[in-house]
Amino acid sequence: MGWIILKKKRNLQALLFAIPALIILGTFVYFPLIRNIIYSFQDFTLSSTTKEWVGLDNYRTLLSDKTILICLKNNILYALISIVIQVGFGLVLAAVLEDVAFHKFAPFLRSVYFIPTVISMTVVCLLFEFVYNPQMGLLNSFLELIGLDELTAVWLGSKKTAMYAVIAVSQWQSTGYVTMLFIVAIQKIPRDLYEAAEVDGASKIKRFFYITVPQVKQMFFVTMILTVVGAFTVFNEPYILTGGGPGKATMVLSLHMYQTGFVKNNMGYASTIAMLIFVITAILSSVQFFTYGTEKEDR
Amino acid sequence: MKAGKQLKRRIYGAGEMLWFVILIVLAALILYPLFWILMSSFKDYQGIYGDVWGLPSIWHIENYATAWNKGISQYFINSGIVTLSTILGVVLFASFAAFGVCQLKGALGNVIFLICMCGLLLSPQVCLLPLFMLLKSLKLKNTLWAMILPYIAFRLPVSIMMIRSFFVGISKELEEAATIDGATLFQIYKDIYLPLSKPILSTVIIMSAYYSWNEFVFATIFVDSSKLRTIPVGLMTFRDGLMTEWGVVLAGMVIACLPIMTLFLLMQRNFVRGMTAGAVKG
Repeated sequence: MGWIILKKKRNLQALLFAIPALIILGTFVYFPLIRNIIYSFQDFTLSSTTKEWVGLDNYRTLLSDKTILICLKNNILYALISIVIQVGFGLVLAAVLEDVAFHKFAPFLRSVYFIPTVISMTVVCLLFEFVYNPQMGLLNSFLELIGLDELTAVWLGSKKTAMYAVIAVSQWQSTGYVTMLFIVAIQKIPRDLYEAAEVDGASKIKRFFYITVPQVKQMFFVTMILTVVGAFTVFNEPYILTGGGPGKATMVLSLHMYQTGFVKNNMGYASTIAMLIFVITAILSSVQFFTYGTEKEDR
Repeated sequence: MKAGKQLKRRIYGAGEMLWFVILIVLAALILYPLFWILMSSFKDYQGIYGDVWGLPSIWHIENYATAWNKGISQYFINSGIVTLSTILGVVLFASFAAFGVCQLKGALGNVIFLICMCGLLLSPQVCLLPLFMLLKSLKLKNTLWAMILPYIAFRLPVSIMMIRSFFVGISKELEEAATIDGATLFQIYKDIYLPLSKPILSTVIIMSAYYSWNEFVFATIFVDSSKLRTIPVGLMTFRDGLMTEWGVVLAGMVIACLPIMTLFLLMQRNFVRGMTAGAVKG
Protein backbone atom coordinates (compact mmCIF):
# COMPACT_ATOMS: atom_id res chain seq x y z
CA MET A 1 0.00 0.00 0.00
CA GLY A 2 2.69 2.44 1.03
CA TRP A 3 4.59 1.49 -2.10
CA ILE A 4 1.67 2.46 -4.31
CA ILE A 5 1.32 5.81 -2.57
CA LEU A 6 5.05 6.41 -3.07
CA LYS A 7 4.73 5.59 -6.74
CA LYS A 8 1.76 7.94 -7.12
CA LYS A 9 3.74 10.68 -5.43
CA ARG A 10 6.63 10.09 -7.82
CA ASN A 11 4.30 10.33 -10.79
CA LEU A 12 2.87 13.58 -9.48
CA GLN A 13 6.37 14.96 -9.04
CA ALA A 14 7.28 13.90 -12.56
CA LEU A 15 4.21 15.74 -13.82
CA LEU A 16 5.42 18.90 -12.06
CA PHE A 17 8.55 18.81 -14.22
CA ALA A 18 6.47 19.02 -17.38
CA ILE A 19 4.20 21.82 -16.13
CA PRO A 20 6.37 24.90 -16.95
CA ALA A 21 6.82 23.82 -20.57
CA LEU A 22 3.11 23.08 -20.88
CA ILE A 23 2.22 26.51 -19.49
CA ILE A 24 4.56 28.31 -21.90
CA LEU A 25 3.42 26.26 -24.88
CA GLY A 26 -0.20 26.70 -23.86
CA THR A 27 0.08 30.47 -23.45
CA PHE A 28 2.23 31.37 -26.44
CA VAL A 29 1.43 28.65 -28.99
CA TYR A 30 -1.87 26.84 -28.44
CA PHE A 31 -3.89 29.65 -26.89
CA PRO A 32 -3.00 32.05 -29.76
CA LEU A 33 -3.95 29.35 -32.25
CA ILE A 34 -7.40 28.97 -30.69
CA ARG A 35 -7.78 32.74 -30.47
CA ASN A 36 -6.90 32.94 -34.16
CA ILE A 37 -9.71 30.53 -35.02
CA ILE A 38 -12.17 32.74 -33.08
CA TYR A 39 -10.76 35.95 -34.60
CA SER A 40 -11.35 34.59 -38.07
CA PHE A 41 -15.11 34.86 -37.46
CA GLN A 42 -14.89 38.40 -36.11
CA ASP A 43 -14.38 41.91 -37.37
CA PHE A 44 -12.13 44.27 -35.44
CA THR A 45 -9.20 46.68 -35.69
CA LEU A 46 -6.02 47.04 -33.65
CA SER A 47 -7.58 49.74 -31.50
CA SER A 48 -11.17 48.52 -31.23
CA THR A 49 -12.34 47.56 -27.76
CA THR A 50 -15.09 45.23 -28.93
CA LYS A 51 -15.05 42.59 -31.60
CA GLU A 52 -18.04 42.20 -33.84
CA TRP A 53 -19.15 38.66 -34.63
CA VAL A 54 -19.55 38.35 -38.41
CA GLY A 55 -19.95 34.61 -38.92
CA LEU A 56 -18.58 33.39 -42.21
CA ASP A 57 -18.21 36.84 -43.80
CA ASN A 58 -14.40 36.76 -43.63
CA TYR A 59 -14.33 33.37 -45.29
CA ARG A 60 -16.58 34.67 -48.05
CA THR A 61 -14.18 37.57 -48.54
CA LEU A 62 -11.35 35.06 -48.70
CA LEU A 63 -13.00 33.21 -51.56
CA SER A 64 -13.60 36.36 -53.57
CA ASP A 65 -10.28 38.07 -52.79
CA LYS A 66 -8.28 38.34 -56.00
CA THR A 67 -5.05 39.02 -54.11
CA ILE A 68 -5.34 35.57 -52.54
CA LEU A 69 -5.11 34.07 -56.02
CA ILE A 70 -1.97 36.08 -56.78
CA CYS A 71 -0.52 34.95 -53.45
CA LEU A 72 -1.34 31.31 -54.06
CA LYS A 73 0.15 31.51 -57.53
CA ASN A 74 3.36 33.01 -56.13
CA ASN A 75 3.53 30.58 -53.22
CA ILE A 76 3.06 27.65 -55.59
CA LEU A 77 5.73 29.01 -57.93
CA TYR A 78 7.97 29.35 -54.88
CA ALA A 79 7.27 25.75 -53.92
CA LEU A 80 7.85 24.35 -57.42
CA ILE A 81 11.16 26.12 -57.98
CA SER A 82 12.30 25.20 -54.47
CA ILE A 83 11.47 21.55 -55.07
CA VAL A 84 13.41 21.45 -58.34
CA ILE A 85 16.46 23.32 -57.07
CA GLN A 86 16.68 22.53 -53.36
CA VAL A 87 15.32 18.98 -53.34
CA GLY A 88 16.14 17.82 -56.88
CA PHE A 89 19.46 19.51 -57.43
CA GLY A 90 20.31 19.23 -53.72
CA LEU A 91 20.03 15.45 -53.91
CA VAL A 92 22.25 15.26 -57.00
CA LEU A 93 24.75 17.61 -55.37
CA ALA A 94 24.80 15.47 -52.21
CA ALA A 95 25.40 12.32 -54.25
CA VAL A 96 28.23 13.98 -56.14
CA LEU A 97 29.82 15.22 -52.92
CA GLU A 98 29.64 11.73 -51.45
CA ASP A 99 31.27 10.23 -54.56
CA VAL A 100 34.79 8.85 -54.01
CA ALA A 101 36.15 11.18 -56.72
CA PHE A 102 35.52 14.23 -54.51
CA HIS A 103 36.47 12.58 -51.28
CA LYS A 104 39.23 15.12 -50.61
CA PHE A 105 37.25 18.31 -51.24
CA ALA A 106 33.84 17.22 -49.98
CA PRO A 107 34.20 18.29 -46.32
CA PHE A 108 35.35 21.77 -47.35
CA LEU A 109 32.71 22.22 -50.06
CA ARG A 110 30.00 20.89 -47.75
CA SER A 111 30.83 23.58 -45.19
CA VAL A 112 30.98 26.27 -47.86
CA TYR A 113 27.55 25.33 -49.22
CA PHE A 114 26.16 25.32 -45.70
CA ILE A 115 27.39 28.83 -44.79
CA PRO A 116 24.40 30.78 -46.22
CA THR A 117 22.06 28.82 -43.92
CA VAL A 118 23.91 30.24 -40.94
CA ILE A 119 23.64 33.86 -42.05
CA SER A 120 20.63 35.84 -40.90
CA MET A 121 17.92 36.42 -43.49
CA THR A 122 18.23 40.20 -43.09
CA VAL A 123 21.90 40.13 -44.02
CA VAL A 124 21.17 37.86 -46.98
CA CYS A 125 18.39 40.16 -48.19
CA LEU A 126 20.51 43.29 -47.80
CA LEU A 127 23.27 41.53 -49.72
CA PHE A 128 20.89 40.74 -52.56
CA GLU A 129 19.73 44.34 -52.67
CA PHE A 130 23.31 45.10 -53.67
CA VAL A 131 23.34 42.16 -56.08
CA TYR A 132 20.13 43.28 -57.79
CA ASN A 133 20.78 47.02 -57.66
CA PRO A 134 20.07 48.28 -61.20
CA GLN A 135 22.91 50.84 -61.29
CA MET A 136 25.85 49.25 -59.54
CA GLY A 137 24.49 45.80 -58.70
CA LEU A 138 26.80 42.82 -58.93
CA LEU A 139 24.46 40.92 -61.25
CA ASN A 140 24.07 43.66 -63.84
CA SER A 141 27.71 44.64 -63.80
CA PHE A 142 28.68 40.98 -64.17
CA LEU A 143 26.39 40.65 -67.20
CA GLU A 144 27.96 43.78 -68.71
CA LEU A 145 31.40 42.43 -67.96
CA ILE A 146 30.80 39.27 -69.99
CA GLY A 147 29.08 41.22 -72.76
CA LEU A 148 25.49 40.23 -72.12
CA ASP A 149 24.27 43.80 -71.72
CA GLU A 150 20.88 43.03 -73.17
CA LEU A 151 20.14 40.67 -70.28
CA THR A 152 20.53 43.34 -67.59
CA ALA A 153 17.29 44.18 -65.85
CA VAL A 154 15.72 46.09 -63.00
CA TRP A 155 15.47 42.74 -61.20
CA LEU A 156 13.32 43.70 -58.23
CA GLY A 157 11.49 46.56 -59.93
CA SER A 158 10.00 44.80 -62.91
CA LYS A 159 6.87 42.67 -62.67
CA LYS A 160 8.37 40.01 -64.88
CA THR A 161 11.51 39.34 -62.89
CA ALA A 162 10.69 40.40 -59.32
CA MET A 163 9.19 37.11 -58.14
CA TYR A 164 12.00 35.04 -59.65
CA ALA A 165 14.58 37.37 -58.14
CA VAL A 166 13.01 36.91 -54.69
CA ILE A 167 12.81 33.14 -55.10
CA ALA A 168 16.46 33.01 -56.16
CA VAL A 169 17.48 34.49 -52.81
CA SER A 170 15.89 31.57 -50.96
CA GLN A 171 17.59 29.07 -53.25
CA TRP A 172 20.93 30.71 -52.57
CA GLN A 173 20.32 30.48 -48.87
CA SER A 174 18.75 27.04 -48.45
CA THR A 175 20.09 24.67 -51.11
CA GLY A 176 23.19 23.92 -49.03
CA TYR A 177 21.03 23.01 -46.05
CA VAL A 178 18.90 20.52 -47.97
CA THR A 179 22.07 19.12 -49.54
CA MET A 180 23.43 18.55 -46.04
CA LEU A 181 20.25 16.66 -45.09
CA PHE A 182 20.72 14.40 -48.11
CA ILE A 183 24.39 13.87 -47.28
CA VAL A 184 23.39 12.66 -43.82
CA ALA A 185 20.90 10.25 -45.43
CA ILE A 186 23.37 8.99 -48.04
CA GLN A 187 25.99 8.31 -45.39
CA LYS A 188 23.54 5.93 -43.73
CA ILE A 189 23.25 3.74 -46.84
CA PRO A 190 25.19 0.48 -46.37
CA ARG A 191 28.42 0.64 -48.43
CA ASP A 192 28.13 -2.96 -49.64
CA LEU A 193 25.11 -2.03 -51.76
CA TYR A 194 27.35 0.23 -53.84
CA GLU A 195 30.20 -2.24 -53.88
CA ALA A 196 27.96 -5.00 -55.16
CA ALA A 197 26.61 -2.71 -57.88
CA GLU A 198 30.11 -1.68 -58.86
CA VAL A 199 31.17 -5.31 -59.19
CA ASP A 200 28.15 -5.84 -61.43
CA GLY A 201 29.43 -2.98 -63.58
CA ALA A 202 26.64 -0.50 -62.88
CA SER A 203 27.56 3.06 -63.93
CA LYS A 204 27.51 5.93 -61.47
CA ILE A 205 24.29 7.25 -62.95
CA LYS A 206 22.67 3.82 -62.62
CA ARG A 207 23.91 3.50 -59.05
CA PHE A 208 22.40 6.91 -58.30
CA PHE A 209 18.97 5.96 -59.62
CA TYR A 210 18.86 2.35 -58.41
CA ILE A 211 20.56 2.65 -55.02
CA THR A 212 20.83 6.25 -53.80
CA VAL A 213 17.37 7.47 -54.78
CA PRO A 214 15.38 4.53 -53.32
CA GLN A 215 17.52 4.50 -50.17
CA VAL A 216 17.00 8.19 -49.40
CA LYS A 217 13.28 8.03 -50.22
CA GLN A 218 12.34 9.00 -46.69
CA MET A 219 14.67 11.99 -46.57
CA PHE A 220 13.37 12.97 -49.99
CA PHE A 221 9.91 13.09 -48.50
CA VAL A 222 11.04 15.05 -45.44
CA THR A 223 12.88 17.69 -47.48
CA MET A 224 9.98 17.91 -49.90
CA ILE A 225 7.53 18.78 -47.11
CA LEU A 226 10.07 21.06 -45.48
CA THR A 227 10.58 23.12 -48.63
CA VAL A 228 6.90 23.24 -49.49
CA VAL A 229 5.95 24.35 -45.97
CA GLY A 230 8.77 26.89 -46.19
CA ALA A 231 7.42 28.13 -49.52
CA PHE A 232 3.92 28.61 -48.14
CA THR A 233 5.09 30.52 -45.05
CA VAL A 234 7.77 32.64 -46.71
CA PHE A 235 7.71 36.20 -45.38
CA ASN A 236 11.13 37.79 -44.82
CA GLU A 237 12.40 37.78 -48.40
CA PRO A 238 9.46 39.55 -50.08
CA TYR A 239 8.88 41.76 -47.02
CA ILE A 240 12.44 43.07 -47.02
CA LEU A 241 13.23 43.04 -50.74
CA THR A 242 10.02 44.19 -52.41
CA GLY A 243 7.23 44.66 -49.86
CA GLY A 244 5.03 42.63 -52.20
CA GLY A 245 5.59 44.93 -55.17
CA PRO A 246 5.88 46.08 -57.85
CA GLY A 247 2.09 46.19 -57.74
CA LYS A 248 1.26 42.83 -56.24
CA ALA A 249 3.83 40.92 -58.27
CA THR A 250 5.61 39.39 -55.28
CA MET A 251 2.68 39.20 -52.87
CA VAL A 252 2.62 35.97 -50.84
CA LEU A 253 0.14 34.66 -48.26
CA SER A 254 1.93 35.67 -45.05
CA LEU A 255 2.76 39.12 -46.42
CA HIS A 256 -0.87 39.61 -47.45
CA MET A 257 -1.88 38.56 -43.94
CA TYR A 258 0.57 41.01 -42.38
CA GLN A 259 -0.53 43.91 -44.58
CA THR A 260 -4.23 43.20 -44.09
CA GLY A 261 -3.81 43.08 -40.31
CA PHE A 262 -1.22 45.69 -39.48
CA VAL A 263 -1.34 48.08 -42.43
CA LYS A 264 -5.00 47.98 -43.50
CA ASN A 265 -5.96 47.35 -39.88
CA ASN A 266 -8.44 44.60 -40.68
CA MET A 267 -7.46 42.06 -38.03
CA GLY A 268 -10.46 39.77 -38.47
CA TYR A 269 -9.87 39.10 -42.13
CA ALA A 270 -6.11 38.83 -41.56
CA SER A 271 -6.83 36.02 -39.09
CA THR A 272 -8.85 34.26 -41.77
CA ILE A 273 -5.83 34.41 -44.09
CA ALA A 274 -3.78 32.98 -41.21
CA MET A 275 -6.28 30.11 -41.05
CA LEU A 276 -5.66 29.38 -44.71
CA ILE A 277 -1.89 29.25 -44.07
CA PHE A 278 -2.52 27.10 -41.02
CA VAL A 279 -4.65 24.57 -42.89
CA ILE A 280 -2.16 24.25 -45.75
CA THR A 281 0.94 23.91 -43.58
CA ALA A 282 -0.59 21.80 -40.82
CA ILE A 283 -1.85 19.24 -43.32
CA LEU A 284 1.57 19.04 -44.99
CA SER A 285 3.45 18.83 -41.68
CA SER A 286 1.19 16.20 -40.18
CA VAL A 287 1.59 14.04 -43.28
CA GLN A 288 5.33 14.13 -42.64
CA PHE A 289 4.95 13.75 -38.88
CA PHE A 290 2.76 10.68 -39.00
CA THR A 291 4.30 8.84 -41.94
CA TYR A 292 7.73 9.32 -40.42
CA GLY A 293 6.47 8.07 -37.07
CA THR A 294 5.13 4.81 -38.51
CA GLU A 295 8.13 4.17 -40.73
CA LYS A 296 10.39 4.50 -37.75
CA GLU A 297 8.50 1.80 -35.88
CA ASP A 298 8.73 -0.52 -38.87
CA ARG A 299 12.49 -0.60 -38.66
CA MET B 1 52.62 2.67 -60.86
CA LYS B 2 50.80 1.99 -64.08
CA ALA B 3 47.87 0.46 -62.25
CA GLY B 4 47.65 3.53 -60.00
CA LYS B 5 47.48 5.82 -63.00
CA GLN B 6 44.76 3.72 -64.56
CA LEU B 7 42.75 3.78 -61.36
CA LYS B 8 43.08 7.54 -61.22
CA ARG B 9 41.85 7.87 -64.77
CA ARG B 10 38.88 5.71 -63.95
CA ILE B 11 37.94 7.91 -60.98
CA TYR B 12 38.34 11.17 -62.86
CA GLY B 13 36.46 10.75 -66.13
CA ALA B 14 34.85 13.51 -68.17
CA GLY B 15 31.76 13.50 -65.96
CA GLU B 16 33.82 14.01 -62.84
CA MET B 17 35.74 16.86 -64.41
CA LEU B 18 32.51 18.56 -65.41
CA TRP B 19 31.13 18.16 -61.91
CA PHE B 20 34.35 19.46 -60.47
CA VAL B 21 33.89 22.67 -62.45
CA ILE B 22 30.25 22.91 -61.32
CA LEU B 23 31.22 22.43 -57.68
CA ILE B 24 33.84 25.17 -57.93
CA VAL B 25 31.37 27.55 -59.60
CA LEU B 26 28.81 26.88 -56.86
CA ALA B 27 31.39 27.52 -54.15
CA ALA B 28 32.32 30.78 -55.89
CA LEU B 29 28.64 31.78 -56.07
CA ILE B 30 28.52 31.52 -52.29
CA LEU B 31 31.97 32.70 -51.29
CA TYR B 32 32.32 35.63 -53.66
CA PRO B 33 29.26 37.60 -52.39
CA LEU B 34 30.46 37.06 -48.82
CA PHE B 35 33.94 38.19 -49.77
CA TRP B 36 32.35 41.17 -51.52
CA ILE B 37 30.49 42.18 -48.34
CA LEU B 38 33.69 42.01 -46.34
CA MET B 39 35.71 43.93 -48.93
CA SER B 40 33.09 46.61 -49.56
CA SER B 41 32.61 47.16 -45.83
CA PHE B 42 36.00 48.90 -45.94
CA LYS B 43 34.99 51.23 -48.79
CA ASP B 44 33.09 54.50 -48.88
CA TYR B 45 30.11 55.22 -51.15
CA GLN B 46 32.30 56.38 -54.04
CA GLY B 47 34.49 53.32 -53.69
CA ILE B 48 31.54 50.96 -53.98
CA TYR B 49 29.62 52.88 -56.62
CA GLY B 50 32.61 53.72 -58.79
CA ASP B 51 34.37 50.37 -58.66
CA VAL B 52 32.04 47.55 -57.65
CA TRP B 53 34.54 44.75 -58.13
CA GLY B 54 37.81 46.29 -57.04
CA LEU B 55 39.57 46.10 -53.72
CA PRO B 56 39.27 49.20 -51.54
CA SER B 57 41.76 51.88 -52.62
CA ILE B 58 41.62 53.42 -49.16
CA TRP B 59 40.75 51.04 -46.33
CA HIS B 60 38.02 52.78 -44.32
CA ILE B 61 38.41 50.79 -41.13
CA GLU B 62 36.46 53.53 -39.36
CA ASN B 63 33.28 52.20 -41.04
CA TYR B 64 33.16 49.62 -38.28
CA ALA B 65 33.49 52.18 -35.51
CA THR B 66 30.80 54.32 -37.16
CA ALA B 67 28.46 51.35 -37.51
CA TRP B 68 29.04 50.30 -33.93
CA ASN B 69 28.44 53.81 -32.56
CA LYS B 70 25.45 54.63 -34.75
CA GLY B 71 23.25 51.95 -33.22
CA ILE B 72 24.68 48.51 -33.88
CA SER B 73 26.09 48.36 -30.34
CA GLN B 74 22.60 48.75 -28.86
CA TYR B 75 21.12 46.15 -31.23
CA PHE B 76 23.99 43.84 -30.46
CA ILE B 77 23.40 44.07 -26.71
CA ASN B 78 19.64 43.54 -27.17
CA SER B 79 20.28 40.49 -29.34
CA GLY B 80 22.70 39.21 -26.72
CA ILE B 81 20.16 39.56 -23.90
CA VAL B 82 17.35 38.00 -25.95
CA THR B 83 19.56 35.13 -27.13
CA LEU B 84 20.95 34.31 -23.68
CA SER B 85 17.50 34.44 -22.06
CA THR B 86 16.03 32.24 -24.78
CA ILE B 87 18.84 29.69 -24.39
CA LEU B 88 18.40 29.64 -20.63
CA GLY B 89 14.63 29.24 -20.86
CA VAL B 90 14.75 26.57 -23.54
CA VAL B 91 17.41 24.46 -21.81
CA LEU B 92 15.71 24.70 -18.44
CA PHE B 93 12.10 24.08 -19.47
CA ALA B 94 12.82 21.61 -22.27
CA SER B 95 15.07 19.42 -20.13
CA PHE B 96 12.54 19.61 -17.27
CA ALA B 97 9.72 18.57 -19.58
CA ALA B 98 11.75 15.83 -21.25
CA PHE B 99 12.71 14.45 -17.83
CA GLY B 100 9.11 14.59 -16.60
CA VAL B 101 7.83 12.83 -19.71
CA CYS B 102 10.44 10.08 -19.26
CA GLN B 103 9.61 9.60 -15.58
CA LEU B 104 5.83 9.56 -15.92
CA LYS B 105 4.49 6.04 -15.81
CA GLY B 106 1.49 5.05 -17.90
CA ALA B 107 -0.17 6.82 -20.79
CA LEU B 108 0.03 10.32 -19.31
CA GLY B 109 3.70 10.70 -20.26
CA ASN B 110 2.99 9.89 -23.88
CA VAL B 111 -0.02 12.20 -23.98
CA ILE B 112 2.02 15.11 -22.64
CA PHE B 113 4.82 14.36 -25.08
CA LEU B 114 2.36 14.32 -27.97
CA ILE B 115 0.89 17.65 -26.83
CA CYS B 116 4.37 19.15 -26.91
CA MET B 117 5.09 17.64 -30.32
CA CYS B 118 1.98 19.15 -31.89
CA GLY B 119 3.80 22.47 -31.68
CA LEU B 120 6.04 21.22 -34.50
CA LEU B 121 3.11 21.33 -36.89
CA LEU B 122 2.52 25.01 -36.34
CA SER B 123 4.34 27.73 -38.22
CA PRO B 124 4.90 30.90 -36.17
CA GLN B 125 3.16 33.07 -38.79
CA VAL B 126 -0.20 31.51 -37.93
CA CYS B 127 0.05 32.80 -34.35
CA LEU B 128 1.32 36.23 -35.36
CA LEU B 129 -1.88 38.26 -34.94
CA PRO B 130 -3.24 36.63 -31.77
CA LEU B 131 0.24 36.69 -30.20
CA PHE B 132 0.40 40.40 -30.95
CA MET B 133 -2.98 40.94 -29.25
CA LEU B 134 -1.97 38.71 -26.33
CA LEU B 135 1.34 40.49 -25.75
CA LYS B 136 -0.49 43.82 -25.98
CA SER B 137 -3.03 42.84 -23.33
CA LEU B 138 -0.27 41.41 -21.10
CA LYS B 139 1.53 44.76 -21.49
CA LEU B 140 4.57 42.86 -22.76
CA LYS B 141 4.49 44.32 -26.24
CA ASN B 142 7.49 46.53 -26.94
CA THR B 143 9.62 44.86 -24.27
CA LEU B 144 12.37 42.30 -24.72
CA TRP B 145 9.97 39.73 -23.22
CA ALA B 146 7.82 40.05 -26.34
CA MET B 147 10.61 38.24 -28.16
CA ILE B 148 12.04 36.02 -25.42
CA LEU B 149 8.80 34.30 -24.39
CA PRO B 150 7.54 33.42 -27.91
CA TYR B 151 11.06 32.33 -28.91
CA ILE B 152 11.23 29.94 -25.96
CA ALA B 153 7.74 28.64 -26.74
CA PHE B 154 8.49 27.97 -30.41
CA ARG B 155 11.85 26.32 -29.65
CA LEU B 156 10.39 24.03 -26.95
CA PRO B 157 8.81 21.27 -29.09
CA VAL B 158 11.89 20.42 -31.11
CA SER B 159 14.17 20.77 -28.07
CA ILE B 160 11.99 18.55 -25.90
CA MET B 161 11.99 15.98 -28.68
CA MET B 162 15.78 15.96 -29.01
CA ILE B 163 16.44 15.88 -25.27
CA ARG B 164 13.82 13.19 -24.65
CA SER B 165 15.27 10.85 -27.25
CA PHE B 166 18.65 11.32 -25.54
CA PHE B 167 17.22 10.73 -22.04
CA VAL B 168 15.52 7.51 -23.15
CA GLY B 169 18.95 6.12 -24.01
CA ILE B 170 20.44 6.78 -20.56
CA SER B 171 20.90 3.57 -18.58
CA LYS B 172 18.47 3.17 -15.70
CA GLU B 173 20.94 1.50 -13.31
CA LEU B 174 22.33 4.67 -11.73
CA GLU B 175 18.85 6.05 -11.36
CA GLU B 176 17.55 2.91 -9.65
CA ALA B 177 20.47 2.84 -7.25
CA ALA B 178 19.89 6.50 -6.41
CA THR B 179 16.17 5.87 -5.87
CA ILE B 180 16.94 3.09 -3.39
CA ASP B 181 19.26 5.50 -1.59
CA GLY B 182 16.27 7.82 -1.25
CA ALA B 183 17.19 10.45 -3.86
CA THR B 184 14.40 12.79 -4.93
CA LEU B 185 13.45 13.20 -8.58
CA PHE B 186 15.08 16.60 -8.67
CA GLN B 187 18.35 15.13 -7.40
CA ILE B 188 18.19 12.43 -10.08
CA TYR B 189 17.60 15.12 -12.70
CA LYS B 190 20.38 17.36 -11.45
CA ASP B 191 23.04 14.78 -10.52
CA ILE B 192 22.47 12.00 -13.06
CA TYR B 193 20.62 13.21 -16.16
CA LEU B 194 22.00 16.72 -16.61
CA PRO B 195 25.71 15.84 -16.34
CA LEU B 196 25.25 12.99 -18.83
CA SER B 197 23.40 15.11 -21.41
CA LYS B 198 26.07 17.68 -22.22
CA PRO B 199 26.29 16.69 -25.91
CA ILE B 200 22.57 17.05 -26.61
CA LEU B 201 22.26 20.18 -24.46
CA SER B 202 25.07 21.85 -26.40
CA THR B 203 23.20 21.07 -29.63
CA VAL B 204 20.00 22.55 -28.18
CA ILE B 205 21.93 25.64 -27.04
CA ILE B 206 23.46 26.18 -30.47
CA MET B 207 20.14 25.78 -32.25
CA SER B 208 18.38 28.18 -29.87
CA ALA B 209 21.18 30.71 -30.27
CA TYR B 210 21.00 30.45 -34.04
CA TYR B 211 17.23 30.87 -34.01
CA SER B 212 16.97 33.78 -31.61
CA TRP B 213 19.93 35.69 -33.06
CA ASN B 214 18.47 35.58 -36.58
CA GLU B 215 14.69 35.65 -35.98
CA PHE B 216 13.00 38.46 -37.87
CA VAL B 217 9.19 38.30 -38.02
CA PHE B 218 8.36 38.48 -34.30
CA ALA B 219 11.18 40.92 -33.64
CA THR B 220 9.94 43.34 -36.28
CA ILE B 221 6.26 43.24 -35.31
CA PHE B 222 6.29 42.93 -31.50
CA VAL B 223 8.81 45.70 -30.87
CA ASP B 224 8.53 49.32 -32.09
CA SER B 225 11.06 51.14 -29.94
CA SER B 226 14.42 51.45 -31.67
CA LYS B 227 16.12 51.05 -28.27
CA LEU B 228 14.83 47.48 -28.02
CA ARG B 229 15.52 46.24 -31.53
CA THR B 230 17.59 43.16 -32.12
CA ILE B 231 20.24 42.93 -34.82
CA PRO B 232 18.16 41.57 -37.74
CA VAL B 233 15.53 44.30 -37.37
CA GLY B 234 18.05 46.91 -36.34
CA LEU B 235 19.98 46.38 -39.58
CA MET B 236 16.88 47.35 -41.55
CA THR B 237 16.45 50.57 -39.56
CA PHE B 238 20.15 51.15 -39.95
CA ARG B 239 19.94 50.78 -43.73
CA ASP B 240 16.94 53.14 -43.97
CA GLY B 241 18.64 55.72 -41.76
CA LEU B 242 22.00 55.74 -43.51
CA MET B 243 20.73 55.82 -47.11
CA THR B 244 23.98 56.06 -49.08
CA GLU B 245 26.57 55.23 -46.46
CA TRP B 246 26.80 51.75 -47.89
CA GLY B 247 30.18 50.98 -46.42
CA VAL B 248 28.86 51.53 -42.91
CA VAL B 249 25.76 49.40 -43.58
CA LEU B 250 27.97 46.61 -44.90
CA ALA B 251 30.19 46.88 -41.82
CA GLY B 252 27.02 46.50 -39.73
CA MET B 253 26.12 43.38 -41.73
CA VAL B 254 29.54 41.88 -41.03
CA ILE B 255 29.21 42.60 -37.31
CA ALA B 256 25.72 41.04 -37.31
CA CYS B 257 27.05 37.81 -38.81
CA LEU B 258 30.12 37.45 -36.63
CA PRO B 259 28.77 35.68 -33.52
CA ILE B 260 26.83 32.93 -35.32
CA MET B 261 29.53 32.50 -37.98
CA THR B 262 32.12 32.03 -35.25
CA LEU B 263 29.86 29.56 -33.49
CA PHE B 264 29.43 27.67 -36.76
CA LEU B 265 33.14 27.55 -37.55
CA LEU B 266 34.04 26.42 -34.03
CA MET B 267 31.27 23.87 -33.55
CA GLN B 268 30.42 22.77 -37.05
CA ARG B 269 29.65 19.22 -36.04
CA ASN B 270 27.13 20.20 -33.36
CA PHE B 271 25.64 22.78 -35.66
CA VAL B 272 25.00 20.37 -38.49
CA ARG B 273 23.74 17.72 -36.12
CA GLY B 274 21.24 20.15 -34.63
CA MET B 275 20.04 21.51 -37.95
CA THR B 276 19.54 18.07 -39.44
CA ALA B 277 18.02 16.48 -36.32
CA GLY B 278 15.56 19.37 -36.13
CA ALA B 279 14.37 18.66 -39.65
CA VAL B 280 14.11 14.89 -39.46
CA LYS B 281 12.47 14.99 -36.05
CA GLY B 282 14.20 12.08 -34.43
